[in-house]
Amino acid sequence: MFDDFILRALIGGLGVALIAGPFGAFVVWRRLAYFGDTLAHSALLGVALGFLLSINLTLGVIVVCQLLALLLFIGQRQRLLANDTLLGILSHGALSLGLVVLAFMPNLRIDLMAYLFGDILAIGITDLLWIYVGGGTALVGLLWLWQPLLAITIHEDLARVEGIAVQRINSLFLALIALTVAVMMKVVGLLLVTSLLIIPAATARRFAGSPEGMALLAGVFGCCAVTGGLGASYYWDTPTGPSIVVVACVIFLLSILVPAGN
Amino acid sequence: MTAIASSLLIAHDINLTLGNNQLLDNVSLAIEPGEIVTVIGPNGAGKTTLLRVVLGLQQPSSGTIVQRAGLSIGYMPQRLELDATFPLSVKRFLSFAGKGLGETDLCAALEQTGALHVLTAAMRHLSGGEAQRVLLARALLRKPDLLILDEPVQGVDVHGQIELYQLIGQIRSEQGCGVLMVSHDLHLVMAATDRVLCLNRHICCSGTPAMVTSDPEYLKMYGQLALYQHDRVHHLDRHEGCSHVR
Repeated sequence: MFDDFILRALIGGLGVALIAGPFGAFVVWRRLAYFGDTLAHSALLGVALGFLLSINLTLGVIVVCQLLALLLFIGQRQRLLANDTLLGILSHGALSLGLVVLAFMPNLRIDLMAYLFGDILAIGITDLLWIYVGGGTALVGLLWLWQPLLAITIHEDLARVEGIAVQRINSLFLALIALTVAVMMKVVGLLLVTSLLIIPAATARRFAGSPEGMALLAGVFGCCAVTGGLGASYYWDTPTGPSIVVVACVIFLLSILVPAGN
Repeated sequence: MTAIASSLLIAHDINLTLGNNQLLDNVSLAIEPGEIVTVIGPNGAGKTTLLRVVLGLQQPSSGTIVQRAGLSIGYMPQRLELDATFPLSVKRFLSFAGKGLGETDLCAALEQTGALHVLTAAMRHLSGGEAQRVLLARALLRKPDLLILDEPVQGVDVHGQIELYQLIGQIRSEQGCGVLMVSHDLHLVMAATDRVLCLNRHICCSGTPAMVTSDPEYLKMYGQLALYQHDRVHHLDRHEGCSHVR
Protein backbone atom coordinates (compact mmCIF):
# COMPACT_ATOMS: atom_id res chain seq x y z
CA MET A 1 0.00 0.00 0.00
CA PHE A 2 2.97 2.31 0.42
CA ASP A 3 4.24 4.05 -2.62
CA ASP A 4 7.89 4.44 -3.49
CA PHE A 5 7.90 8.12 -2.65
CA ILE A 6 6.55 7.41 0.82
CA LEU A 7 9.27 4.83 1.36
CA ARG A 8 11.96 7.27 0.23
CA ALA A 9 10.45 9.96 2.45
CA LEU A 10 10.51 7.58 5.40
CA ILE A 11 14.11 6.50 4.82
CA GLY A 12 15.21 10.11 4.37
CA GLY A 13 13.20 11.34 7.34
CA LEU A 14 14.50 8.65 9.68
CA GLY A 15 18.08 9.38 8.60
CA VAL A 16 17.62 13.07 9.32
CA ALA A 17 16.02 12.36 12.70
CA LEU A 18 18.87 10.09 13.74
CA ILE A 19 21.45 12.73 12.79
CA ALA A 20 19.44 15.51 14.40
CA GLY A 21 19.26 13.70 17.75
CA PRO A 22 22.87 14.03 18.93
CA PHE A 23 23.31 17.46 17.35
CA GLY A 24 20.04 18.59 18.88
CA ALA A 25 21.26 17.55 22.32
CA PHE A 26 24.26 19.86 21.94
CA VAL A 27 22.08 22.65 20.57
CA VAL A 28 19.94 22.38 23.72
CA TRP A 29 22.85 22.07 26.17
CA ARG A 30 24.77 24.94 24.63
CA ARG A 31 21.72 27.10 23.95
CA LEU A 32 22.38 27.33 20.25
CA ALA A 33 18.75 27.31 19.09
CA TYR A 34 18.96 30.77 17.60
CA PHE A 35 22.25 29.86 16.01
CA GLY A 36 20.61 26.89 14.27
CA ASP A 37 17.84 29.18 13.04
CA THR A 38 20.36 31.60 11.60
CA LEU A 39 22.13 28.86 9.68
CA ALA A 40 18.84 27.53 8.37
CA HIS A 41 17.65 30.96 7.25
CA SER A 42 20.78 31.40 5.19
CA ALA A 43 19.89 28.24 3.26
CA LEU A 44 17.66 30.10 0.82
CA LEU A 45 20.67 32.12 -0.25
CA GLY A 46 22.36 28.78 -0.91
CA VAL A 47 19.47 27.70 -3.11
CA ALA A 48 19.73 30.93 -5.06
CA LEU A 49 23.46 30.42 -5.39
CA GLY A 50 22.85 26.89 -6.63
CA PHE A 51 20.58 28.16 -9.41
CA LEU A 52 22.93 31.01 -10.31
CA LEU A 53 25.98 28.78 -10.65
CA SER A 54 24.01 25.77 -11.89
CA ILE A 55 25.37 23.55 -9.20
CA ASN A 56 23.56 21.04 -7.03
CA LEU A 57 21.23 22.96 -4.74
CA THR A 58 22.15 21.00 -1.61
CA LEU A 59 25.78 21.73 -2.33
CA GLY A 60 24.92 25.42 -2.66
CA VAL A 61 23.14 25.33 0.68
CA ILE A 62 26.08 23.56 2.35
CA VAL A 63 28.54 26.13 0.99
CA VAL A 64 26.46 29.10 2.20
CA CYS A 65 25.81 27.51 5.61
CA GLN A 66 29.53 26.88 6.04
CA LEU A 67 30.35 30.47 5.08
CA LEU A 68 27.78 31.78 7.53
CA ALA A 69 29.11 29.57 10.31
CA LEU A 70 32.58 30.96 9.63
CA LEU A 71 31.24 34.52 9.62
CA LEU A 72 29.50 33.90 12.95
CA PHE A 73 32.61 32.38 14.45
CA ILE A 74 34.65 35.45 13.48
CA GLY A 75 31.87 37.84 14.48
CA GLN A 76 31.55 36.31 17.93
CA ARG A 77 35.25 36.66 18.55
CA GLN A 78 35.12 40.39 17.80
CA ARG A 79 32.60 40.88 20.62
CA LEU A 80 31.40 44.15 19.17
CA LEU A 81 27.77 43.09 19.37
CA ALA A 82 25.73 40.96 21.70
CA ASN A 83 25.44 37.45 20.36
CA ASP A 84 21.71 37.49 19.72
CA THR A 85 21.95 40.83 17.93
CA LEU A 86 24.65 39.46 15.64
CA LEU A 87 22.59 36.34 14.99
CA GLY A 88 19.50 38.43 14.29
CA ILE A 89 21.31 40.55 11.72
CA LEU A 90 22.80 37.58 9.91
CA SER A 91 19.66 35.47 10.15
CA HIS A 92 17.20 37.93 8.67
CA GLY A 93 19.79 39.51 6.42
CA ALA A 94 20.58 36.16 4.83
CA LEU A 95 16.93 35.14 4.49
CA SER A 96 15.96 38.42 2.85
CA LEU A 97 19.00 38.44 0.61
CA GLY A 98 18.05 34.93 -0.52
CA LEU A 99 14.52 36.04 -1.40
CA VAL A 100 15.77 39.14 -3.24
CA VAL A 101 18.36 37.21 -5.25
CA LEU A 102 15.73 34.62 -6.24
CA ALA A 103 13.47 37.46 -7.43
CA PHE A 104 16.23 38.63 -9.76
CA MET A 105 15.97 35.38 -11.68
CA PRO A 106 12.77 36.01 -13.66
CA ASN A 107 12.80 32.73 -15.55
CA LEU A 108 12.96 30.77 -12.37
CA ARG A 109 9.79 29.22 -11.04
CA ILE A 110 10.45 27.63 -7.71
CA ASP A 111 8.11 26.40 -5.06
CA LEU A 112 9.12 28.66 -2.21
CA MET A 113 6.94 26.77 0.25
CA ALA A 114 8.99 23.64 -0.38
CA TYR A 115 12.11 25.43 0.83
CA LEU A 116 10.45 27.13 3.75
CA PHE A 117 8.58 24.13 5.13
CA GLY A 118 10.28 21.16 3.51
CA ASP A 119 9.29 18.80 0.74
CA ILE A 120 9.98 15.39 2.12
CA LEU A 121 7.64 13.67 -0.32
CA ALA A 122 9.80 14.86 -3.21
CA ILE A 123 12.95 13.25 -1.83
CA GLY A 124 14.87 11.48 -4.58
CA ILE A 125 17.74 9.06 -4.58
CA THR A 126 20.26 11.95 -4.77
CA ASP A 127 18.69 13.55 -1.71
CA LEU A 128 18.94 10.26 0.15
CA LEU A 129 22.60 10.11 -0.75
CA TRP A 130 23.12 13.64 0.58
CA ILE A 131 21.35 12.77 3.80
CA TYR A 132 23.18 9.54 4.44
CA VAL A 133 26.63 10.50 3.16
CA GLY A 134 26.61 14.17 4.21
CA GLY A 135 24.72 13.61 7.43
CA GLY A 136 26.70 10.46 8.17
CA THR A 137 29.92 12.43 7.79
CA ALA A 138 28.62 15.05 10.22
CA LEU A 139 27.72 12.32 12.69
CA VAL A 140 31.11 10.62 12.46
CA GLY A 141 32.73 14.03 12.97
CA LEU A 142 30.59 14.62 16.03
CA LEU A 143 31.54 11.23 17.51
CA TRP A 144 35.17 12.11 16.95
CA LEU A 145 34.77 15.42 18.83
CA TRP A 146 32.43 13.94 21.42
CA GLN A 147 34.59 13.89 24.55
CA PRO A 148 36.30 17.29 24.18
CA LEU A 149 33.02 18.85 23.07
CA LEU A 150 31.29 17.58 26.21
CA ALA A 151 34.14 18.92 28.33
CA ILE A 152 33.77 22.35 26.70
CA THR A 153 30.00 22.23 27.18
CA ILE A 154 30.48 21.54 30.90
CA HIS A 155 32.89 24.41 31.46
CA GLU A 156 34.83 26.13 28.72
CA ASP A 157 37.57 27.68 30.87
CA LEU A 158 38.10 24.48 32.82
CA ALA A 159 38.43 22.55 29.56
CA ARG A 160 40.95 25.08 28.26
CA VAL A 161 43.03 24.91 31.45
CA GLU A 162 43.01 21.13 31.16
CA GLY A 163 44.55 21.39 27.72
CA ILE A 164 41.65 21.13 25.26
CA ALA A 165 41.97 23.15 22.04
CA VAL A 166 38.69 24.94 22.64
CA GLN A 167 38.74 27.26 19.61
CA ARG A 168 39.52 24.47 17.17
CA ILE A 169 36.91 22.09 18.57
CA ASN A 170 34.27 24.84 18.61
CA SER A 171 34.92 25.88 15.03
CA LEU A 172 34.82 22.27 13.82
CA PHE A 173 31.56 21.78 15.71
CA LEU A 174 30.02 24.83 14.01
CA ALA A 175 31.04 23.46 10.62
CA LEU A 176 29.42 20.10 11.43
CA ILE A 177 26.20 21.76 12.59
CA ALA A 178 26.13 23.81 9.40
CA LEU A 179 26.42 20.60 7.38
CA THR A 180 23.64 18.96 9.41
CA VAL A 181 21.30 21.91 8.98
CA ALA A 182 21.93 21.90 5.23
CA VAL A 183 21.00 18.23 4.80
CA MET A 184 17.97 18.59 7.08
CA MET A 185 16.53 21.35 4.87
CA LYS A 186 14.81 19.00 2.44
CA VAL A 187 12.79 17.28 5.13
CA VAL A 188 11.36 20.08 7.27
CA GLY A 189 12.36 23.23 5.43
CA LEU A 190 14.44 26.13 6.59
CA LEU A 191 11.83 27.56 8.96
CA LEU A 192 11.38 24.30 10.84
CA VAL A 193 14.91 22.84 10.92
CA THR A 194 15.61 24.01 14.46
CA SER A 195 12.43 22.41 15.74
CA LEU A 196 13.62 18.96 14.69
CA LEU A 197 16.90 19.64 16.48
CA ILE A 198 15.39 20.96 19.68
CA ILE A 199 12.04 19.28 20.35
CA PRO A 200 13.21 15.62 20.37
CA ALA A 201 16.22 16.57 22.50
CA ALA A 202 14.04 18.47 24.95
CA THR A 203 11.74 15.45 25.11
CA ALA A 204 14.65 13.10 25.77
CA ARG A 205 16.20 15.05 28.60
CA ARG A 206 13.79 13.87 31.29
CA PHE A 207 14.45 10.22 30.56
CA ALA A 208 18.21 10.30 30.08
CA GLY A 209 20.83 9.63 32.73
CA SER A 210 23.87 10.39 30.60
CA PRO A 211 24.71 12.71 27.70
CA GLU A 212 24.95 9.71 25.35
CA GLY A 213 21.58 8.42 26.51
CA MET A 214 19.99 11.78 25.81
CA ALA A 215 21.54 11.97 22.32
CA LEU A 216 20.30 8.48 21.37
CA LEU A 217 16.89 9.00 22.88
CA ALA A 218 16.56 12.29 21.00
CA GLY A 219 17.21 10.33 17.79
CA VAL A 220 14.52 7.81 18.72
CA PHE A 221 11.94 10.50 19.52
CA GLY A 222 12.85 12.22 16.24
CA CYS A 223 12.18 8.96 14.38
CA CYS A 224 8.79 8.66 16.08
CA ALA A 225 7.95 12.21 15.03
CA VAL A 226 8.98 11.57 11.41
CA THR A 227 7.01 8.32 11.19
CA GLY A 228 3.96 9.81 12.87
CA GLY A 229 4.10 12.98 10.80
CA LEU A 230 4.43 11.08 7.53
CA GLY A 231 1.54 8.83 8.51
CA ALA A 232 -0.67 11.76 9.44
CA SER A 233 0.23 13.53 6.25
CA TYR A 234 -0.55 10.39 4.22
CA TYR A 235 -3.96 9.78 5.73
CA TRP A 236 -5.19 13.33 6.20
CA ASP A 237 -3.30 14.98 3.37
CA THR A 238 -1.69 17.57 5.67
CA PRO A 239 1.62 19.32 4.84
CA THR A 240 4.32 16.83 5.79
CA GLY A 241 7.07 19.00 7.34
CA PRO A 242 4.68 20.81 9.69
CA SER A 243 2.96 17.51 10.49
CA ILE A 244 6.27 16.06 11.65
CA VAL A 245 6.86 19.06 13.90
CA VAL A 246 3.32 18.86 15.30
CA VAL A 247 3.82 15.18 16.14
CA ALA A 248 7.17 16.04 17.78
CA CYS A 249 5.39 18.65 19.91
CA VAL A 250 2.65 16.19 20.88
CA ILE A 251 5.29 13.64 21.97
CA PHE A 252 6.98 16.38 23.98
CA LEU A 253 3.74 17.33 25.70
CA LEU A 254 2.94 13.70 26.47
CA SER A 255 6.46 13.24 27.88
CA ILE A 256 5.84 15.98 30.42
CA LEU A 257 2.89 13.98 31.78
CA VAL A 258 4.99 10.85 32.26
CA PRO A 259 6.76 10.77 35.65
CA ALA A 260 10.47 11.10 34.96
CA GLY A 261 13.03 8.45 35.84
CA ASN A 262 15.50 10.82 37.36
CA MET B 1 58.02 39.51 47.29
CA THR B 2 61.19 37.87 46.16
CA ALA B 3 60.91 35.41 43.35
CA ILE B 4 63.28 32.55 43.87
CA ALA B 5 64.14 29.95 41.30
CA SER B 6 61.84 27.33 42.79
CA SER B 7 58.70 29.46 42.45
CA LEU B 8 55.76 27.60 40.94
CA LEU B 9 54.60 30.62 39.07
CA ILE B 10 55.76 34.20 38.74
CA ALA B 11 53.65 36.97 37.27
CA HIS B 12 55.59 40.12 36.59
CA ASP B 13 54.15 43.61 36.03
CA ILE B 14 50.83 42.44 34.64
CA ASN B 15 48.76 45.16 33.00
CA LEU B 16 45.42 44.60 31.39
CA THR B 17 43.42 47.27 29.64
CA LEU B 18 40.19 46.46 27.85
CA GLY B 19 38.78 49.43 25.97
CA ASN B 20 39.34 52.43 28.24
CA ASN B 21 39.19 50.32 31.33
CA GLN B 22 42.35 49.44 33.15
CA LEU B 23 41.50 46.21 34.93
CA LEU B 24 44.95 45.33 36.24
CA ASP B 25 47.71 47.80 36.98
CA ASN B 26 51.25 46.52 37.36
CA VAL B 27 50.38 43.42 39.33
CA SER B 28 53.22 41.12 40.29
CA LEU B 29 53.02 37.95 42.31
CA ALA B 30 54.91 34.73 42.93
CA ILE B 31 53.72 31.48 44.41
CA GLU B 32 56.06 29.11 46.19
CA PRO B 33 55.51 25.38 46.68
CA GLY B 34 53.42 24.59 49.73
CA GLU B 35 52.25 28.17 50.13
CA ILE B 36 48.66 29.42 50.29
CA VAL B 37 48.26 32.84 48.72
CA THR B 38 44.87 34.53 48.89
CA VAL B 39 43.79 37.47 46.77
CA ILE B 40 41.18 39.63 48.46
CA GLY B 41 39.56 42.83 47.32
CA PRO B 42 36.17 44.46 46.69
CA ASN B 43 33.89 43.59 43.80
CA GLY B 44 35.33 44.68 40.48
CA ALA B 45 38.84 44.76 41.89
CA GLY B 46 40.02 42.36 39.20
CA LYS B 47 40.45 39.26 41.35
CA THR B 48 38.94 36.80 38.90
CA THR B 49 40.56 38.65 36.01
CA LEU B 50 43.94 38.19 37.65
CA LEU B 51 43.32 34.45 37.98
CA ARG B 52 42.29 34.26 34.33
CA VAL B 53 45.50 35.98 33.30
CA VAL B 54 47.57 33.68 35.50
CA LEU B 55 45.79 30.66 34.00
CA GLY B 56 46.49 31.87 30.47
CA LEU B 57 42.78 32.32 29.72
CA GLN B 58 43.20 36.04 29.23
CA GLN B 59 46.12 37.62 27.44
CA PRO B 60 47.53 40.56 29.45
CA SER B 61 48.21 43.87 27.69
CA SER B 62 51.73 43.73 29.04
CA GLY B 63 53.75 41.77 31.56
CA THR B 64 55.00 38.23 31.73
CA ILE B 65 53.96 35.01 33.38
CA VAL B 66 56.53 32.31 33.96
CA GLN B 67 55.52 28.84 35.07
CA ARG B 68 57.96 26.36 36.49
CA ALA B 69 58.77 23.79 33.81
CA GLY B 70 56.26 20.92 33.79
CA LEU B 71 53.96 22.68 36.24
CA SER B 72 50.61 20.98 36.58
CA ILE B 73 47.70 23.23 37.53
CA GLY B 74 44.42 22.17 39.12
CA TYR B 75 41.78 24.81 38.49
CA MET B 76 38.53 25.19 40.35
CA PRO B 77 36.23 27.66 38.59
CA GLN B 78 33.87 29.94 40.46
CA ARG B 79 30.82 27.89 39.68
CA LEU B 80 29.51 25.45 37.17
CA GLU B 81 26.69 26.79 35.06
CA LEU B 82 25.40 23.52 33.71
CA ASP B 83 22.30 23.69 31.61
CA ALA B 84 19.45 22.06 33.54
CA THR B 85 18.94 19.71 30.61
CA PHE B 86 22.45 18.28 30.80
CA PRO B 87 22.31 14.80 32.35
CA LEU B 88 25.69 14.37 34.00
CA SER B 89 26.70 12.26 36.96
CA VAL B 90 29.44 13.31 39.36
CA LYS B 91 31.46 10.27 38.28
CA ARG B 92 31.30 11.26 34.63
CA PHE B 93 32.10 14.87 35.45
CA LEU B 94 35.24 13.85 37.32
CA SER B 95 36.36 11.51 34.55
CA PHE B 96 36.91 14.52 32.29
CA ALA B 97 39.88 15.52 34.46
CA GLY B 98 42.14 13.27 32.42
CA LYS B 99 42.49 10.18 30.29
CA GLY B 100 42.81 6.77 31.94
CA LEU B 101 41.32 7.75 35.30
CA GLY B 102 39.75 4.69 36.90
CA GLU B 103 36.96 4.56 39.43
CA THR B 104 39.49 4.14 42.25
CA ASP B 105 41.12 7.45 41.30
CA LEU B 106 37.77 9.20 41.24
CA CYS B 107 36.75 7.72 44.59
CA ALA B 108 40.09 8.64 46.16
CA ALA B 109 39.72 12.28 45.05
CA LEU B 110 36.16 12.47 46.32
CA GLU B 111 37.15 10.87 49.59
CA GLN B 112 39.88 13.44 50.01
CA THR B 113 37.37 16.27 49.65
CA GLY B 114 34.79 14.49 51.81
CA ALA B 115 32.22 13.98 49.07
CA LEU B 116 32.43 10.27 48.33
CA HIS B 117 28.71 9.86 48.99
CA VAL B 118 27.80 11.85 45.85
CA LEU B 119 29.79 9.66 43.42
CA THR B 120 26.74 8.47 41.50
CA ALA B 121 24.56 11.54 42.07
CA ALA B 122 23.56 13.87 39.24
CA MET B 123 25.60 17.08 39.10
CA ARG B 124 22.48 19.21 39.05
CA HIS B 125 21.21 17.77 42.32
CA LEU B 126 24.27 18.72 44.40
CA SER B 127 24.05 21.24 47.22
CA GLY B 128 26.33 24.28 47.17
CA GLY B 129 28.89 22.67 49.46
CA GLU B 130 28.84 19.34 47.64
CA ALA B 131 29.31 21.05 44.29
CA GLN B 132 32.38 22.92 45.58
CA ARG B 133 33.85 19.68 46.93
CA VAL B 134 33.29 17.92 43.62
CA LEU B 135 34.94 20.80 41.75
CA LEU B 136 37.87 20.61 44.15
CA ALA B 137 38.11 16.84 43.61
CA ARG B 138 38.33 17.39 39.85
CA ALA B 139 41.16 19.88 40.38
CA LEU B 140 42.96 17.33 42.58
CA LEU B 141 42.66 14.63 39.90
CA ARG B 142 45.09 16.70 37.83
CA LYS B 143 47.73 15.85 40.47
CA PRO B 144 48.44 19.56 40.72
CA ASP B 145 51.62 21.29 41.83
CA LEU B 146 49.52 24.43 41.98
CA LEU B 147 45.85 24.71 42.87
CA ILE B 148 44.07 27.78 41.56
CA LEU B 149 40.72 28.30 43.25
CA ASP B 150 38.22 31.00 42.32
CA GLU B 151 36.05 31.74 45.35
CA PRO B 152 36.14 28.16 46.62
CA VAL B 153 33.58 28.70 49.38
CA GLN B 154 30.98 30.41 47.25
CA GLY B 155 27.41 29.32 47.99
CA VAL B 156 28.42 27.54 51.18
CA ASP B 157 27.17 28.36 54.70
CA VAL B 158 29.60 29.71 57.28
CA HIS B 159 30.14 26.36 58.95
CA GLY B 160 30.85 24.74 55.59
CA GLN B 161 33.20 27.61 54.68
CA ILE B 162 35.37 26.93 57.72
CA GLU B 163 35.44 23.23 56.82
CA LEU B 164 36.39 23.96 53.23
CA TYR B 165 39.23 26.28 54.22
CA GLN B 166 40.48 23.61 56.63
CA LEU B 167 40.27 21.07 53.82
CA ILE B 168 42.32 23.29 51.51
CA GLY B 169 44.94 23.70 54.23
CA GLN B 170 44.99 19.95 54.75
CA ILE B 171 45.41 19.24 51.04
CA ARG B 172 48.30 21.70 50.94
CA SER B 173 50.08 19.93 53.81
CA GLU B 174 49.40 16.44 52.43
CA GLN B 175 50.37 17.15 48.83
CA GLY B 176 52.76 20.02 49.29
CA CYS B 177 51.14 21.93 46.45
CA GLY B 178 50.93 25.68 46.26
CA VAL B 179 47.49 27.31 46.40
CA LEU B 180 46.39 30.56 44.81
CA MET B 181 42.83 31.49 45.66
CA VAL B 182 40.48 34.37 45.40
CA SER B 183 38.18 35.27 48.20
CA HIS B 184 35.43 37.71 48.86
CA ASP B 185 35.52 37.06 52.52
CA LEU B 186 37.95 38.73 54.92
CA HIS B 187 37.89 36.90 58.20
CA LEU B 188 37.53 33.18 57.69
CA VAL B 189 40.12 33.16 54.98
CA MET B 190 42.74 34.91 57.10
CA ALA B 191 43.09 31.85 59.33
CA ALA B 192 43.66 29.61 56.33
CA THR B 193 46.23 31.54 54.37
CA ASP B 194 49.97 32.21 54.52
CA ARG B 195 50.02 35.33 52.46
CA VAL B 196 47.38 37.84 51.44
CA LEU B 197 47.36 40.10 48.41
CA CYS B 198 44.99 42.99 48.72
CA LEU B 199 43.95 43.84 45.18
CA ASN B 200 42.12 46.82 43.81
CA ARG B 201 43.28 46.79 40.20
CA HIS B 202 46.76 47.25 41.64
CA ILE B 203 48.13 45.53 44.70
CA CYS B 204 47.36 47.79 47.64
CA CYS B 205 49.27 45.77 50.17
CA SER B 206 50.48 42.26 50.73
CA GLY B 207 52.03 40.07 53.39
CA THR B 208 50.99 37.73 56.16
CA PRO B 209 47.39 38.09 57.38
CA ALA B 210 48.67 39.83 60.52
CA MET B 211 50.70 42.32 58.48
CA VAL B 212 47.94 43.03 56.00
CA THR B 213 45.18 43.51 58.56
CA SER B 214 47.18 46.24 60.24
CA ASP B 215 48.23 47.90 56.99
CA PRO B 216 46.77 51.42 56.57
CA GLU B 217 45.81 50.62 52.95
CA TYR B 218 43.82 47.62 54.07
CA LEU B 219 42.11 49.60 56.83
CA LYS B 220 41.31 52.34 54.37
CA MET B 221 39.81 49.83 51.96
CA TYR B 222 37.66 48.02 54.43
CA GLY B 223 37.25 50.63 57.17
CA GLN B 224 35.12 49.41 60.04
CA LEU B 225 34.64 46.11 58.34
CA ALA B 226 38.23 45.18 58.92
CA LEU B 227 37.65 45.31 62.63
CA TYR B 228 34.29 43.64 62.74
CA GLN B 229 35.10 39.98 63.08
CA HIS B 230 31.74 38.41 62.33
CA ASP B 231 31.01 40.23 59.15
CA ARG B 232 28.96 38.57 56.47
CA VAL B 233 30.44 38.43 53.01
CA HIS B 234 28.06 40.67 51.07
CA HIS B 235 28.51 43.61 53.40
CA LEU B 236 31.69 44.26 51.52
CA ASP B 237 29.83 45.16 48.39
CA ARG B 238 28.56 48.41 49.80
CA HIS B 239 31.97 49.68 50.62
CA GLU B 240 34.00 52.02 48.54
CA GLY B 241 37.16 50.65 47.06
CA CYS B 242 40.53 51.81 48.28
CA SER B 243 41.69 55.30 47.59
CA HIS B 244 43.80 54.51 44.55
CA VAL B 245 40.99 53.77 42.10
CA ARG B 246 41.56 55.56 38.85
